[in-house]
Amino acid sequence: MKWLAALPFLALIMGMFFANRTEPFVLGMPFILFWTVLWVVLTSVIMFIVYKTDPVNRGGDPR
Amino acid sequence: MNSALIVILLCLLLSIYLGVQARRGKTMNLEQWSTGGRSFGTLFVFLLSAGEIYTTFTFLGGSGWAYGKGGPTFYILWYGALAYILSYWLLPAIWRYAKEHNLLSQSDFFIAKYNSPALGVIVSIIGIIAMIPYLVTQLKGLGAIMEIASYGSISATAAVWIGVIAVTIYVMASGVHGTAWTAVLKDGLVLVVVVFLGIYLPVHYYGGIGQMFHAIDQAKPGYLALPAKGNSVYWFISTVLLTALGFYTWPHSFQAVYTAKNEQTFRRNAIVFPLYQLILLFVFFVGFAAILTVNPPLKGSAGDNSLLVLSVQTFPKWVVGLIGASGLLCAIVPGSMLLMTSATMISKNLYKVINPRASEQSVSRLAHYLVPVVALIALYFTFNGQTIVALLLMGYSLVTQFFPAIVFSFMKRNPITKYGAIFGILAGEVVVAYTTITSQSVATLMPFMPQWVKDLNIGIVAMVVNLVVTFVVSAFTRNAAAAVKPAARA
Repeated sequence: MKWLAALPFLALIMGMFFANRTEPFVLGMPFILFWTVLWVVLTSVIMFIVYKTDPVNRGGDPR
Repeated sequence: MNSALIVILLCLLLSIYLGVQARRGKTMNLEQWSTGGRSFGTLFVFLLSAGEIYTTFTFLGGSGWAYGKGGPTFYILWYGALAYILSYWLLPAIWRYAKEHNLLSQSDFFIAKYNSPALGVIVSIIGIIAMIPYLVTQLKGLGAIMEIASYGSISATAAVWIGVIAVTIYVMASGVHGTAWTAVLKDGLVLVVVVFLGIYLPVHYYGGIGQMFHAIDQAKPGYLALPAKGNSVYWFISTVLLTALGFYTWPHSFQAVYTAKNEQTFRRNAIVFPLYQLILLFVFFVGFAAILTVNPPLKGSAGDNSLLVLSVQTFPKWVVGLIGASGLLCAIVPGSMLLMTSATMISKNLYKVINPRASEQSVSRLAHYLVPVVALIALYFTFNGQTIVALLLMGYSLVTQFFPAIVFSFMKRNPITKYGAIFGILAGEVVVAYTTITSQSVATLMPFMPQWVKDLNIGIVAMVVNLVVTFVVSAFTRNAAAAVKPAARA
């Protein structure tokens, strides 16, 4: 599941062109800020999934 | 003596006590002093690394950008999140290698990886040139925060002296142990203060965070998004990517990595850090809240004081004192890491190279004595620094040039040689120095290019030059690379 870690990079490189707007306001935030907060939170979720599915964290060889 | 001053001084005394008592029961040799004997658990490593989230920039730069620039401020949240993704793989690898080879500084890492003491000296010099201005920034920020938060009872000059004396005392006594303990106090206090300010001020002045953003959007349409030119989407993306690459290339970041007890710590932290840095949102909210409420409006760099000006305008003195105390801790905790790392690099990677017969004990003693020396140099530039501004602008770009040599060194077959690493880093630094000192941007260097290219962060140019020189020199020095000991490629 390591490939998931590439998604926030894509959300920045591809997504910012689409997200660079103030409207619609979501949860009181301009859309560009909502997009930013959404992906920061998703980054944590993604890293949790990567951590849980990484054999290294179950006694595998880190090399 | 006003109540703000009492709160600030109490926090200062508590931080000195915490910093000095941290040495109890430990023999302060260089390894214990600079890496904590590689014994720190998840919380301490987390807080040492989180030191980069909460510096005086938190109080001044973060809110100042929100106040003065609007939408482009959000790049700060992006680069942190992406850097933490990289940390999941990069930091355990650095820690593992450092533990196997008993490394104490970032320069040690380069020396061991590339079997090149010369590269270690170059990295030390560049690292120190980058760190001193960073320390000066913390001290200047400390002076500004304390002067405003104490209602002028403490001048900026006196505040800087007080901060430097405090940090010198506990760094000399306890090294990284002192930094870790004061980081606990710092993050606890900053967390409470920042969240309170970020919620209270928008509610107090606008009725809520959503109402605040709507009011700003009506008063200044488009201010909350990225402009079409200048700080455009292309600037945003290139700046985020470059800053994420440079995030862990600071010498004191390596120092924090070396303190960990095990590598699992970094993987767990990579999950929590993105959420933890969302606290910066509340700092931005304060800057945004100031846009329509601070009169007369703050011009230019005065916008950096927006959080403090709005707080003084809104709160009783003891609350402002707490804000000032948070600012004090935000300066001295990262400042202590910078001081300790600089002293370690000078003694171990410069003095020891000049005097190879020096004993470990004398190197350790010198590192301790260098703390006040480095502090005095930082003080000099704090009070007399004009050129330091240029150095500060360069600081981040300077250390980012280490990134290729660090990452490639972990490949099974390192494609770059020690000569490639040396000349690549030096070429990148020359470009950084030239473009910063002459205030060049991609637009001025290449005015014939389309607008989107002109908006790219100038650091891209330095990184491209670095990579090209690295690979070209490596191609021509491949035979010499064969002499690199196999262990150095582990």
